[in-house]
Amino acid sequence: MEIKITLNGTEMTAEVEPRTLLVHLIREKLSSTGTHIGCDTSSCGACTLLIDGKSAKSCTLLAVQVNGKAITTVEGLLTVDGLHPIQEAFKLNHALHCGFCTPGMMMRVVELLEKNPDPSEEEIRWGISGNLCRCTGYNNIVKAIKYASAKMRGAELPSTEPEFV
Amino acid sequence: MIPSSFEYSAPSTLDEALKMLNALGDEAKILAGGHSLIPMMKLRFAEPGHLIDINNIPGLSYVKEEGGYLTIGAMTREVELEESDIAAAKFPIFLDAAKLIADPQVRNWGTIGGNLAHGDAANDHPAVMIALDAEVEITGQDGARWVSINEFFMGFYMTAVQEGEILTAIRVPLPTGKNGNSYHKNERKVGDYATAGVAVNITLDDNGTCTSAGIGLTNVNPTPLKAVRSEQALIGTKIDDEAINIAAQYASEDCSPSEDLRGSEDYKRRVVKALTKRMITKALERAN
Ligand SMILES: Cc1cc2nc3c(=O)[nH]c(=O)nc-3n(C[C@H](O)[C@H](O)[C@H](O)COP(=O)(O)OP(=O)(O)OC[C@H]3O[C@@H](n4cnc5c(N)ncnc54)[C@H](O)[C@@H]3O)c2cc1C
Ligand code: FES
Ligand code: FES
Repeated sequence: MEIKITLNGTEMTAEVEPRTLLVHLIREKLSSTGTHIGCDTSSCGACTLLIDGKSAKSCTLLAVQVNGKAITTVEGLLTVDGLHPIQEAFKLNHALHCGFCTPGMMMRVVELLEKNPDPSEEEIRWGISGNLCRCTGYNNIVKAIKYASAKMRGAELPSTEPEFV
Repeated sequence: MIPSSFEYSAPSTLDEALKMLNALGDEAKILAGGHSLIPMMKLRFAEPGHLIDINNIPGLSYVKEEGGYLTIGAMTREVELEESDIAAAKFPIFLDAAKLIADPQVRNWGTIGGNLAHGDAANDHPAVMIALDAEVEITGQDGARWVSINEFFMGFYMTAVQEGEILTAIRVPLPTGKNGNSYHKNERKVGDYATAGVAVNITLDDNGTCTSAGIGLTNVNPTPLKAVRSEQALIGTKIDDEAINIAAQYASEDCSPSEDLRGSEDYKRRVVKALTKRMITKALERAN
């Protein structure tokens, strides 16, 4: 079946079987391998991308379900001006170790900060509750999200110095 | 994991969808958010021959007050109910539940209709809707009918939605007088299904006497359970400690949880008892 999508701003058509999962379309047919597959059971969030601006787990959607919709993956975060503020915040705050969870985590954060530009620590932790990270222990991710939030609001930037707790 | 092959249609009207459902018979399945169905298809627990995607049918997604009811369109996403001002003002129970259902990404897709139509006692909306005394609108080729939530869950993954029918809306009576409602579930980790969950909805008269009570239990019975004896134990009382203790004791006796990775039968009964007490107390606070 032929579907039409906009991937990171580019309109395209793709031929898929109805049973093709969205994550397989993105990674295998469209070669956007920034979107990862972790658990394949809608638990870890590594496959998170945006569908019409809303975060979703692409391992639990059929490609045919996004016919006519706009998809944004981590590849779509980079702008002509360089890193997206969320990418910059993750880099500066050591919010990744192996990086496997990072694309999905950041795509989730895009929607989180759009709905709630200045979230509290609790709101951040609930906001990323569908994304697992096995490396960082989350503290630096929370810190990075605070940093990105400040940067995107034009507020004073928090320190990126490591905290020893 | 990839589902086995199937045909896919995405009709743009309800009529068209009903026609297809009737023509295809038990080979067809409705696809709403897909967040229960697709995992089952990936595991090959479900292998429908034809999916009828109802996401392109306009008019099935809304939350509105109308004729003494809060009516929720079947395709309303969890996130839409979570963010609805009407729901928040009168039914904080929906916010209690939404926060504990899966995670934000899943709530962006999962629908309220799908959560009920799946017929799974582990889902959270069934108990909430039982507490709120909801009715479900089921539409077939001959028209629509309203079914009480108490007659909706017929067995494991079985509901009153018959072959060729679509769940189109859910409505709950708007609270009158002093009303309070609340929900909580114990979960092992964020996003997990309930070890046990309890939904409570109570109405008081001006003297503080309970005039109606609804109590629903999640995941401690083969079907979502209405805790009838517990409700009766509250009605006519001032909901003092004694009434609360009796209601909680009945709930723990009347459910039939099975032992699994989430805990033993005895443990789950204790969770039900503790949560029933807490949720009645919280609903009472909200009513006052
Ligand atoms: C990781 C994860 C965690 C989850 N945790 C929870 C949780 O804690 N609590 C909870 O309550 N749920 C949980 N869920 C389930 C989630 O809320 C589902 O989205 C929901 O149960 C089903 O809604 P859906 O719209 O996705 O339905 P679908 O998956 O599309 O459909 C489910 C079933 O209902 C039928 N159906 C759907 N809509 C209709 C309709 N309108 N008319 C007739 N039949 C219909 C389908 O044919 C199918 O058999 C979780 C899901 C995931 C993936
Ligand atoms: S791969 Fe999709 S949630 Fe883990
Ligand atoms: S950085 Fe390794 S899983 Fe998150």
